[in-house]
Amino acid sequence: MAGAAAADPVRTATLEAFADTIIPGAKRFPEDRAIAGVVDDPGAVEAGALELLAHSALGLAKALDGMAGLLNMHAQNSARAKQLVLDPTVPPFVALDFDARTALVQELTDPSHPEREVWFGVALFCTMAFDSAPHLSTVDALEQGHPGLSILGFHHPDEDRSWRFPHFSYQRQLATVHPQTTTTGNPA
Amino acid sequence: MTSIEQTDVVIVGSGFGGAIPAYHLAAGGARVVVLERGPWLANDEFDHDFLLGSSYTRIFDFTVGDGMSVLAGNCVGGGSVVYFATMPRAPRFVFERTGSLGRRMWPATINRDTLDPWYDVVTDALPVTEQSWNDVPFAGGLFAAACTHAGRTANPVPSAIDKPRCTNCNWMMAGCRFDAKRSLLLNYLPAALAHGAQIRPLHEVQRLSRTAEGGYRIHYDVVDDEDYRLTRGGGVIEAKIVVLAAGAGATPVILQRSEAELGTMPAAVGRYFSGNGERLNTAVVNDDRARELLGLDRGHGTAYEAHQIGKGPCVATWDKLDASLPEYSRYSLEQLYFPPGLGTVLAQAPGATGPTWFGREKKEMLRQWRSWLTVFAMTEDDNEGVFGAPPTRGNAERIAQQMLGRGSLRYDPTENTLRGWAESDADVRDILERDGLARVRPWTNDQVGAYTVHPLSSCRIGDDPATSALDDRHELRNHPGIFVTDGSAVPGALTVNPALTIAALAERAIPGLVRATQQRGVSVTYGAPSPDGTTTAVPPPRSV
Ligand SMILES: Cc1cc2nc3c(=O)[nH]c(=O)nc-3n(C[C@H](O)[C@H](O)[C@H](O)COP(=O)(O)OP(=O)(O)OC[C@H]3O[C@@H](n4cnc5c(N)ncnc54)[C@H](O)[C@@H]3O)c2cc1C
Ligand code: SF4
Repeated sequence: MAGAAAADPVRTATLEAFADTIIPGAKRFPEDRAIAGVVDDPGAVEAGALELLAHSALGLAKALDGMAGLLNMHAQNSARAKQLVLDPTVPPFVALDFDARTALVQELTDPSHPEREVWFGVALFCTMAFDSAPHLSTVDALEQGHPGLSILGFHHPDEDRSWRFPHFSYQRQLATVHPQTTTTGNPA
Repeated sequence: MTSIEQTDVVIVGSGFGGAIPAYHLAAGGARVVVLERGPWLANDEFDHDFLLGSSYTRIFDFTVGDGMSVLAGNCVGGGSVVYFATMPRAPRFVFERTGSLGRRMWPATINRDTLDPWYDVVTDALPVTEQSWNDVPFAGGLFAAACTHAGRTANPVPSAIDKPRCTNCNWMMAGCRFDAKRSLLLNYLPAALAHGAQIRPLHEVQRLSRTAEGGYRIHYDVVDDEDYRLTRGGGVIEAKIVVLAAGAGATPVILQRSEAELGTMPAAVGRYFSGNGERLNTAVVNDDRARELLGLDRGHGTAYEAHQIGKGPCVATWDKLDASLPEYSRYSLEQLYFPPGLGTVLAQAPGATGPTWFGREKKEMLRQWRSWLTVFAMTEDDNEGVFGAPPTRGNAERIAQQMLGRGSLRYDPTENTLRGWAESDADVRDILERDGLARVRPWTNDQVGAYTVHPLSSCRIGDDPATSALDDRHELRNHPGIFVTDGSAVPGALTVNPALTIAALAERAIPGLVRATQQRGVSVTYGAPSPDGTTTAVPPPRSV
């Protein structure tokens, strides 16, 4: 997981703000700026988006500084175009409010945007950190009460770390089969 | 004197198109070597885990293209290890399709009647069995009930699942640790091994060249078993016959890369790719309405909330598999489960006023994940996929250690394909939104383009040399001794899940393949009984 420990605070805050735009969460502490705090339970950041982005298996770690820089450049440009003055004490993307961050991410992931693949890729991993937590073993994630898996209502496994659903069927015929179904149960 | 390894037949890839010839040729007495780019896992290595580096990322491949992303297997057993094992036969009209050619796409020798005996063979071998309503999980039951409510029919679909063993864990894409899913690791591949075939995992074939005797040299790299971006040397084998079965996303790339040494390829190599017309819609079901309208109850006052429970797609509606409808307006709709991650990011929040696939409203949709119902349309697309110049290695520039790569496939859907998708979307809406049962939206195509788990047709059989790369015996035109038996050989979209048809075509190709092998001086016979479904898995050698 090289990369996470050495990350600089600008990069961290910027990517956290991006992740929070993808799956928003509650502020971790009152002065939290990266998380906009538009909902009242944890989102992608607390689910581990940054750990996942920096995970050595993904091959993105080296590119993260550049991505944060690019994102801040886009934020600065869009603020300038709208004649907004951004708070200089935080990175430009972090200085945007949630709606402005959302609008910018929509722009960057629009099919016509030349960097769409990059930003969709980052968004994909932020979503995955939240809803499947691939930086953690799934059973451990559930045991730790991983916020995304909890919000989804992902079931817990049996004691041997395997999933089984003995009660799985209504056990009723719920439709008439197609009149031309063949004797082997296939379409004609 | 040469020190190059010699064998009779090299088979590239160990999915349906590879395992079936491997078994028959080995059982008939030929020396067979199977080269497979992915790892070889035993059933106790199939993890119930999304963790990077677990079986889920080791055996599964996601290749992003330009307008089309392909999902496929990457392991010994190929797609059969990660697939959902739903195994219907293709409807009769499919074989009569003309697509945009203005003439029949399939060879004159193949129609449903001539393919049915081969379907029977595969059905016995895997085996494929019918599903009763008692086998149908809640999601399939809900879809069936919604179809009834909308005046439609719905069928439990035959599947290659040993139902009593199945725990309905829905971890299909990570491999089945209960040996309930009848993958090729349980029938054709152990039977091939028992007859002396060799399977070499982590061997990625890059290109072919010709020997002075009219045989072929197969050039491969050995892939690192953890970081697939790395190779650990490589080698060459010589064979009299080559069977390419790397899957429709990979077979044409090997041929493109071989063109410099083998000479001009038929024009249809790397063209006419079909994504089987796939399209996904995700609905969020209103549990109260499911109870009131459909009378469903799974206990504790819950009607549904069972998205996670089940065994892939189990129920389909075949009302639009109607030969009298115009081409491109025929499709099946099938209930389906995709795990979180790949199965959630492209789903769009129904009724969202802001962004649909991320943001606040998407999070609200994820909150209702247990109430999701995903519906899979398999339509008739227009074979519009074309492969660009091959990447350095394999069929993708690998981005991550495992699973994720960037390929050269370009897919620009035609009006016909778009119309089929629009009609099937409208139909899904009509079935599921009726009387407020659910709210539904298709997955977005804006981000990775379309996507398919059913790549087909990139090196297809046919009668017309201009539009088919293979003759009706699956031999590559103008390159005798090279056969293609995987999904790339299928001429076009099938409107149903394709693996049974791919397998039946491979079985059908065997007699011709055996004859060609005999003609090259190999002592091999045809007629081995198909594996009878009682073979047990042979674990991979632990030291590979
Ligand atoms: C998630 C998922 C679910 C599916 N569910 C169903 C279903 O329910 N029903 C159904 O009918 N179909 C299903 N399919 C599709 C089905 O798996 C495929 O249609 C089928 O496996 C295709 O068979 P094939 O022989 O063409 O190729 P594959 O089975 O893909 O086999 C190709 C093999 O070649 C290997 N390979 C690739 N390149 C090279 C190379 N250069 N050198 C050596 N080896 C190489 C690959 O690793 C792979 O093992 C599903 C697919 C996926 C991904
Ligand atoms: S759902 Fe059934 S067949 Fe599929 S992986 Fe689980 S136990 Fe195996």
